[in-house]
Amino acid sequence: MKVAKDLVAASATPMVLGILTEGKSYGYAILRRINRLSGGELDWTEGLLYPLLHRLERLGYVESSWQSVTGERRRKYYRITDNGLAELAEQRRQWDTVVDALKEIWLGPGDVRPLTAIPLEGRAGQR
Amino acid sequence: MEAQFAQWRHYVQRRPELQRSDADELEDHLRGCVDELVSVGLRADEAFLVAVKRMGRLDDLSREFAREHSERLWKQLALTGESNSLGAEIRSRGDLLAMVVCAAGAAASVKVPELFGMRLAEDGWFYGPNASLFALPWLAAFLAWRRQARRPLIGILALFMLGAVAANAYPLANTSQSVVITSIHLPIALWFVVGLAYVAEDWRSSRRRMDFIRFTGEWFVYFILIALGGGVLTAFTAGTFQAIGIDPEKFITQWLLPCGAAATTVVAAWLVEAKQSVVENIAPVLTRLFTPLFTAVLLAFLVAIVWTSAGINVEREALILFDLLLVVVLGLLLYSISARDPLAPPGLFDKLQLPLVLGALAIDVLVLLEITGRITEYGTTPNKAAALGENVILLANLAWSTWLLLRFVRRRTPFAALERWQTGYLPMYAAWAWIVVLAFPPLFSYV
Repeated sequence: MKVAKDLVAASATPMVLGILTEGKSYGYAILRRINRLSGGELDWTEGLLYPLLHRLERLGYVESSWQSVTGERRRKYYRITDNGLAELAEQRRQWDTVVDALKEIWLGPGDVRPLTAIPLEGRAGQR
Repeated sequence: MEAQFAQWRHYVQRRPELQRSDADELEDHLRGCVDELVSVGLRADEAFLVAVKRMGRLDDLSREFAREHSERLWKQLALTGESNSLGAEIRSRGDLLAMVVCAAGAAASVKVPELFGMRLAEDGWFYGPNASLFALPWLAAFLAWRRQARRPLIGILALFMLGAVAANAYPLANTSQSVVITSIHLPIALWFVVGLAYVAEDWRSSRRRMDFIRFTGEWFVYFILIALGGGVLTAFTAGTFQAIGIDPEKFITQWLLPCGAAATTVVAAWLVEAKQSVVENIAPVLTRLFTPLFTAVLLAFLVAIVWTSAGINVEREALILFDLLLVVVLGLLLYSISARDPLAPPGLFDKLQLPLVLGALAIDVLVLLEITGRITEYGTTPNKAAALGENVILLANLAWSTWLLLRFVRRRTPFAALERWQTGYLPMYAAWAWIVVLAFPPLFSYV
C-alpha cells in the first residue's frame, strides 16, 4: 500500500510537530520515527522533510540549533516553540474532526450506506 | 569513505538552492543512514551507496528546497546574505571594511582642500582638474588591497603624483582652455592607473586586461545606478527640509553631491568585485540591445548625408560629439568582445557589427576631412588638437578592428586576434591622455 501524496503532505506538519513535542530532535531521527510509527508505510523523502522543517522554522513553529556530534560533523536540532504548540493544537482539532467523521462513516452504528453520498453530489450539481 | 562524503558534498554545494547549512544537515542525515546500515551488517562503502540511493536524485531534492527557499535563486549580494563558506565570509567582511575605509577616505578627500581656503562653489579652476585625484587613488588603493599587490604599488603611486603635478604645476589662467582639457583627460589617464592596480602583477596578460574592460563597463553601470538612487535621496532631502523651512541647498551642493560621488566610485567598484560571479554582467546585455539600434542610426545618418549632400558643420561641440560617437561604437565592439566565447564560430551578431563599425568609420572620415580643412585654415587650439588626436587614435583602432572582424567573419583569423588587438591597444589611450595632460599646456604656451 502506498499512501497518496496529498494525504502525506497534509499530515506531514502535525506529524512533525507532534514528534517534536516529545523533545528536540533532528532530521534523520524524525524520519526514522515516522517510518517506525507507520510500520514502514509512510516513507518520507528528504525532499519532503527538510524543506518542511525549514518552512516550520520560518513560520516560527520550531526553532533550530546546531550541535557538534563526533568530529567535524554538525547536527541541526529542532525544538517546538509555543507558537508551534498552538498550531499543533489547532491542527489536532481539525484532524480530530476529520478522523471522527470518517470513523462515524466507516464504523458507525446501523447499516453502512455508501450511497448516501449521491444526494449530496446532486445538490452540489444544482447550484 | 571521507573522500566519498567530500565528493558528495561537492555535488550538493554546486546547487544554488542548497546552502552550506543544508549540506551540513543533509550530510548528517546521510551519515546517520550509513551508520544504521553498517550496524545491521553492511560494509561501509555498500552502506554509503545505499544511503545515497535512498536520498534520491539531487534534482528532485533541490527542487523541493527551491520551493521553500525561492529567494535563493535570486542571488543576494554579500551585504546581508550568509556566505557559502567560512573563508569567503571572512574575506568578504574584510572587503567590506576596506571598501568603507576607502569610500570614507574618498569622501573626506573632497573636503580636504577647504582646510586650505578653497571653496567648491568658487574655485572651479582648482576642483576641475583635481576632481579625479580625490577619488581614484582610493579606488586604486581598494583594488590593490584586494589583489594584495605590492610590486606595482610604487609605480601606481608615482603616476598619481605625476597626475597631481600635471593638474597643479602649470601656470594656467583660471579660465584657460587647458584647464578644461586637463579636467577631461586627467580622469582618463588616471583611470588607466586604476587599471594598473586592477590587473596588478599580470599587466601584460591580455585576459587580465580584458577583465579590466569588463570591470570598467560594470563599474559604469553600477555608478549610474547608484547615482540614480542618490538623485532620489537628494530630491527627498531638498523637499523635506524645505517643507520645514530649512534650506538644504548648501549641504546638498557642498557635501552630499561631491562626497557622495567620490564615495560612489569606490562603492561601485566593490559591488562589481563582490558580485563578479553572482549575476550575469549587464554591460554585454546592453551591448546586444543597442548594437542593432546604433547601426540603424548610423546608416540612416550616412544615407541622410548622401541624400541631402549637406556637409557636416564641424564646430568644436560637433567634433566632440563625433569623438563620443566613436567611443560608443568602440564600447559596443569591446563589450560584445568581452562577453563572447572566443571559440564560438562567427554568428549573425558578429556580422551585424560590421555595418556598425563601417558606418562609424565612414562618418568619421568625413568629419576628419572637415576638421583638418578647418585647422589648416584657422590654425589650431588645444581643444581642436586634443579632439583631433583622439579621433585619429579611435579611427586607427576601428579601422584595424574592421579588418580583423572581416577576416574573422570570413574565418580567416581566430576571434582571439581581435581580442588581443583591443587589449593591446589600451596603452595607446593612456599614452594619449597623459600626453594631453602633461605636454599640451607647455606646447600651447598655457592658453
